[in-house]
Parts: sequence; C-alpha cells; structure tokens
Amino acid sequence: MTAIATASRGFRKSAAVLLARGGLLSGIVLAVLVLFLVVVAVFPGSLVSGDPTASVGAAFAAPDGSHWFGTDDLGRDVLTRVVWGAHPILLASVVGILISTVAGVSLGLLGGLARGFVSGLVMRALDVMLALPALLIALMVVAIVGTGVTSIVIAVGVAYIPAFARVVYGSVQRLRTADFVAAARLFGASGMSTVARHLLPNLATEIAVVASSAIGWAVLTAATLSFLGFGVALPAPDWGVDLSSGGQYLEAAWWISTFPGLAITATILLSNYLGDYVGSILDPRRAVRARRPWLPN
Amino acid sequence: MTRFVVWRLLIAIPVLLGVSIVAFLIIHLIPGNPAQAMLFGSTPTPMQIHDLEVRLGLDQPWYQQYAKYLAGLMHGDLGTSFVTGRSVFSEIVSRAPSTFLLSGAAMLIAIVVGVPLGVIGGVRPGSIWDRVGRVISVSGVAIPYFWLALVFTLIFAVRLKLLPAVGTQGFSSLILPAVALGWGYAAILTRLVRSRLIEEYQEEYIKTARAKGSGAGRVLLNHALRNAVSPTITMLGLQIGNILTGAAAIEVIFGRPGLGSFLVQSIAAKNIPVVQGAVLFIGFVYVLINLVVDVLVGVIDPRTRRRVTV
Repeated sequence: MTAIATASRGFRKSAAVLLARGGLLSGIVLAVLVLFLVVVAVFPGSLVSGDPTASVGAAFAAPDGSHWFGTDDLGRDVLTRVVWGAHPILLASVVGILISTVAGVSLGLLGGLARGFVSGLVMRALDVMLALPALLIALMVVAIVGTGVTSIVIAVGVAYIPAFARVVYGSVQRLRTADFVAAARLFGASGMSTVARHLLPNLATEIAVVASSAIGWAVLTAATLSFLGFGVALPAPDWGVDLSSGGQYLEAAWWISTFPGLAITATILLSNYLGDYVGSILDPRRAVRARRPWLPN
Repeated sequence: MTRFVVWRLLIAIPVLLGVSIVAFLIIHLIPGNPAQAMLFGSTPTPMQIHDLEVRLGLDQPWYQQYAKYLAGLMHGDLGTSFVTGRSVFSEIVSRAPSTFLLSGAAMLIAIVVGVPLGVIGGVRPGSIWDRVGRVISVSGVAIPYFWLALVFTLIFAVRLKLLPAVGTQGFSSLILPAVALGWGYAAILTRLVRSRLIEEYQEEYIKTARAKGSGAGRVLLNHALRNAVSPTITMLGLQIGNILTGAAAIEVIFGRPGLGSFLVQSIAAKNIPVVQGAVLFIGFVYVLINLVVDVLVGVIDPRTRRRVTV
C-alpha cells in the first residue's frame, strides 16, 4: 500500500517536473487552445448554429453584429463556414502524421536493423524519397489516388515518411551498438523483443519530437493541397477551398478569404508552439533553451 | 578535392535512377486500370482503353516498359501530353524558365531579408531588433504563403494599385509573387543564421580573436560569419526543392504560366505523362543543385570533405 502510494506520488512528482519544464502556464494555455480546436473539428455544430452551405442573407455583407465574419458571394455566413471548414485540414494533418509516424518508424527500424540487401534497399529508397520535396511527393500521391479528403490524408502521410524514417534509422545505428542492447542480446533476448523492450522506448522521445515539429508542416501541406483544389469540393466548407474561392473577391469582400487564412495561420502557429512545448518537455536541453531564449535553438 | 567531387557525382547516380523509377511508377500505382482512370469523365469503350494501353506501352511487361522509359529519357523523350499532343519534354522546358526566375527571385528575397535579420539577432540576442526578427520569423513560418500572396495582392495591387495583381509583364509583376514565396524561407534563414552565430560566438577561436585585439566587426565578418556560411548554403540548397514546388500555388494565384501551375493543371486533368515528366524534372534539378551546393560547400569549408574521405 505504502509502496503504491510512494510510487504514485513519485509519478505525480515527475509529471509535475515534466510539465514545469515547458512552463506550467503555457501548458495550460496550449491545452485549452488545442481542446478548442478539437471541439471545432469534431463538434462544429456546438459552436455555431446553421448550415454552412445555406444562404442566410445578402451576398458580400461586411462583418457586423449579426454576421461577425460577414457573408460570402452566395450570402453564406463566413463564420459558420470557417468553423465547419476546420475538419478536412485538421483530419488530414493529424491522421497523416500518424500514418507517416507508423510507416516511417517501421521503415527506419527495418533499414537500421536488417542487414545486407534489405537494409540497402530501404536506405536507397529513402535517399530517393529525401531527394523529392515533401509537397512534390504529396502532389504525386494526389495524381495517383485522385482528389478528395482521403487522398489528402494519404498524401500528407506519405510525404512525411522519410523524415521519420531518417531519424529512426540514425538512432538505431547509434543504439544497436549500445551496451544495454548488447547485454539484452547476450541474455538471450530475441530480435523482436529487443526492439520492443529496449529500442522503441529509447526512440520514443525522438519520434515524439519529430512528430510534434512535423505537425505544423503537415497543416501547411494539407492546406496547400486543399487550396489547389485537390481536397473537398465546393459547396462543402473547407479552409483551403474557401480561401482560394474568396481570393476572387478580394476587391469587393476581403473578409471571405481573410478569415479562413487567419484560421490556417492560427492552427500552424498553435501546432508550432505545441511542438516546441512537447519538445521541451521531452528534451531537458531544449527546456533550458526555452527558459533562456538567447541560447541557440 | 577531385576525389570528393567524383565521389559526390557517383552517389548522385543511384538517386537520379531512383527518381526515374519513382516517376515511372506513378502510372503503375494508379489503382485499377490506369488507362481507364486517365480517361475519366467520359465512358470509354474497351477498344479506346485498349488503344490507350498500347499507346502508353502498358501492354508490355514492366521491365521492358522501364527500359523503354529510360532509353527515352536519355534522348529527352518523356512521352506525349494528353491534352495538347505535344512532347512533354518541350512543354516542360518551355515553362521552366518562368519558374526558375520566380524561385530565384524568391530565394534572393529570402537571403536579403533573412541573413541581415539573423546576423542582428545572433550578434545581439534579446535586443529590440532580435525581437523584430523573431516576430518576422514566427509569422513567416506560420502564415501560409498562398494566403500571404492574397494579402499582398489586396494591399499592394487592389488598394494601393502599386503593383500588378496578375500577369508576367515586366519586373514589377515579379515582386509580389517573389516576396510571397520567399517570405517563409527568409524566416527559416533568420532562425538558422541567428542560432549558428550564437553558437559560433561561444567557440574558443572567437575568444582568441578577441584576445588578439580584433574588433567586433572583424570578429563577425572574418570569423563567426565565415563559419556560418556553409550551413546556410546547405540549408538553401535543401530548400530549393520546396521553393520550386511551392511556386505552383503562387503561379496559380498570379496567373504565371510556369512549371508548377502546369503540374497542378495536369494533376487535375489526370494528364499522367506530364505529371511524370514534371516530377522527374523537379527531382533532377533538385538533386543536381544539391550536388553543386555540396561541392561548393566542400570548396568553402574543407571540414565537410573529411566526412567523405575518412
């Protein structure tokens, strides 16, 4: 009983230490903002009433008390569309990063642990993937799979595989000669159990750091694809599509494109801060830098 | 040095071959029947599908197809565009200069804005100019470049009527697209130069230089900045691929007939031979530029050559 209590106190203490590394206040603010974004993406109907595709009044009405963000070319409420339009880009970036994490980590492990032909093949394939810009890979996937939200999810997922695979490959190369891995092998641990019990836990921090910094880029890539018209088709609401269609009415109604643009910017900003925060929690050296911003980052 | 250049050339060959395989595979990875997918929008007869398969060589075994593809590549033959019936190679080559011009101008903006801000921030961390630089670098990374392009258009073309909103007429039409595309890379460069300088200033050789009586300007120019040059060039080389591809959205917005907008149109029209050609072209340009960058950095900073020869 006491042992459990001590252990749980110990855990709570270390969790507090971890959160304090990133700054408690910024942690709370970030958590609230992320929660807000999740609510917007999952339950848009709880924040705004009304149909995002229905006309609610005059077209091109400027922002005022009844329509905070104004109305668009078809008299639809821009605020309603911005709230409902969060879903595709957020889905594509979050699920996309999950896909690239799983695929990239698997590839990196395979390349790092296998020997001979398989390792060489994986690494050469990775070299080629790294020789192509992420957006070009994403565009290529869209050309193959076709347009739609699902294909944007896949495109983002494939585009960031090399980033994860490279990091994992590098760490596995370093770790496979580490003493504790050699010891585990010496005590008869099989290949798979060494990977599961010794390598992956040691890689977790690095993977989380890469994932948290990649999420901002994933949002930008997903937004670019949907801006180019490869995601949601009108009249469904979507930040990228609304931004690009609002771009035609810059002179008459700046608000149609400005609010989706602000929403994307805010999301990328939040993802970057979140990434920095997660990074500083997991990496003590970065925590020092976060408190002393003049040190190199 | 010769050894380094030869070695660097040799490792580029498998990567270029790999890029050609990726471009070749695009058509084969299309789910279902590629020929049928490419004839979307119409209801093709089995005869039409078969004709297209024969025209694309899809009825042959894959290794023959790849051999033919590679042989064509050596002669600058990338197939025929679906829409215009012209050679993909000539279509791409005719559009590339416009994209190169835009990307080059964007890169120039990135250097002209990013390097000075990074130097100021790196020399005086925490100063007011450092804060300004940090605001710019945060905004540059967070604001999507295509939205920035629209905001610039609204301010400078629609409201102030200083610059043209669309078109490719003259130098003035290049300013808005280049600034919109280059802004984010200026931000990345500011961060890089700043953090490199801060790191260099903590090195022993800086103390030595100061102890020997070098002034602040001399320490910066002859010592700290010199050591920050090669990572900066490497970084720029790595970003060129993103700039070339990012040009797509900018070209669409400003109505510039370049490689990027061509790629976007071709994806929408399932004009797969063009997509293959564009991927191949951008991939090759990117690999070759980085080859040049690596050799250049090897000349400037002999330490980077050691990685290779040891």
